[in-house]
Amino acid sequence: MRHNALYTILFSGAVCVVCAVLVSSAAVSLKQDQLRNAALDKQRNVLFAAGLADPTERLDSEQVEGMFENIRPVVIDLETGRETDIDPTSFDQAKAARNPDTSRAAPENRASVQRVPNQALVYEVLEDDKPSMVVVPIEGYGLWSTLYGFLAIGNDGNTVRGITYYQHLETPGLGGEVDNPNWKAAWPGRRIYDESGAPAVRVIKGTAPPAAQAPYEVDGLTGATITSNGVTAMLDFWLGENGFRNYLQGFKEGQDR
Amino acid sequence: MTESYKKTLLDPLFESNPIALQVLGICSALAVTSKMETALVMCVAVICVLALSNVSISLLRNFIPGNVRIIVQLTIIASLVIMTDQVLKAYVYEISKQLSVFVGLIITNCIIMGRAEAYAMQNGPFDSLLDGLGNGLGYSTILMATAFFRELLAQGTVFGVVLLPKVSDGGWYNPNGILGIPAGAFFLIGFFIWALRVWKTDQIEAEG
Repeated sequence: MRHNALYTILFSGAVCVVCAVLVSSAAVSLKQDQLRNAALDKQRNVLFAAGLADPTERLDSEQVEGMFENIRPVVIDLETGRETDIDPTSFDQAKAARNPDTSRAAPENRASVQRVPNQALVYEVLEDDKPSMVVVPIEGYGLWSTLYGFLAIGNDGNTVRGITYYQHLETPGLGGEVDNPNWKAAWPGRRIYDESGAPAVRVIKGTAPPAAQAPYEVDGLTGATITSNGVTAMLDFWLGENGFRNYLQGFKEGQDR
Repeated sequence: MTESYKKTLLDPLFESNPIALQVLGICSALAVTSKMETALVMCVAVICVLALSNVSISLLRNFIPGNVRIIVQLTIIASLVIMTDQVLKAYVYEISKQLSVFVGLIITNCIIMGRAEAYAMQNGPFDSLLDGLGNGLGYSTILMATAFFRELLAQGTVFGVVLLPKVSDGGWYNPNGILGIPAGAFFLIGFFIWALRVWKTDQIEAEG
């Protein structure tokens, strides 16, 4: 069918306007639900890392909020390790890491972390109003993708209490086994820092003995050496001097006071 | 339902299946079939987009100027896909996270453009709706079958329910690794095409 040029332009314009209105109204009207879902998903994963909830049960938003009453989100300064007065509800760590004013380029590292934010959001888990552990965010490159997760650390600032990943695109059945509850169960009780204070916890090849005999070693993921190494590298980075080491030191000393 | 409507709706299931005969939409058939749950959501999303895009393009078919028709089709399809993605993010967040970019990639799923250009541009809205639903179901048939075998053999589960307990979880089943990765779906789809052509011999291409 032939049409003149004016018709074609007007028709195309009309299609664009109608489509733009539909897409933007869908985006605007659903935004609240989406943000709530994303926030809830993150909170849920904090609970999984801390071992306060089981990933197999589907917690609804009320249950999550109830459990979060004993969790105190804090924005900390990575360099000093101290708390800041930034409001944790409005703090977006991923955004802060992208903004040159609130982040710096990461030193070379094996986890392929490009930028480190100046501040980070951590979750202190309270027991009888005293912090019993802290959940810190970790991220780093595996084989195909960046893995995003949480690591829970006891109030000695040195013992792993749990780990969980909430976003990754590793191969299901191989690297994707970072989601396997059996592998995650190998983490609690392992130590992070050796005598010199450097992060020593690592994922080895094969099976690690119980935590009492091999405090720094965790079972490797079968057939997923690169993902396993990625996990080691991101822990090494985020628990080291560029990451949460200063904060964890202070967190431990805070217990002694 | 008259014979011709029935044909429009049901032919794409086996007679002219978009994946098995026309070999369209393979990329998502490889990518999202490691679990049945994600495959199911993907199927529903594709059926919705395909039916709606066919209907809207069919309604506009006499007004779309021929020289910009592809780009008009693409605009409509892209808008529908973005809206679907938004709805999934708002209501089934967990699954939309697993589907990640593949919902967005429905835009480039050749089945949808293919049906718009080959069918909806020439036929009325009701026929186009049936054609869209039919092709969506044909796509879904292959996707769900692939996902069934991949999830069962690579993870020992069906819709997350354990049928074959894995050795790593203390059971007896040693999972098949290759079906866990997208390339494994190639073998399965190959077997499906083979089976379909043994059943319906007229789908075999002439040699030469």
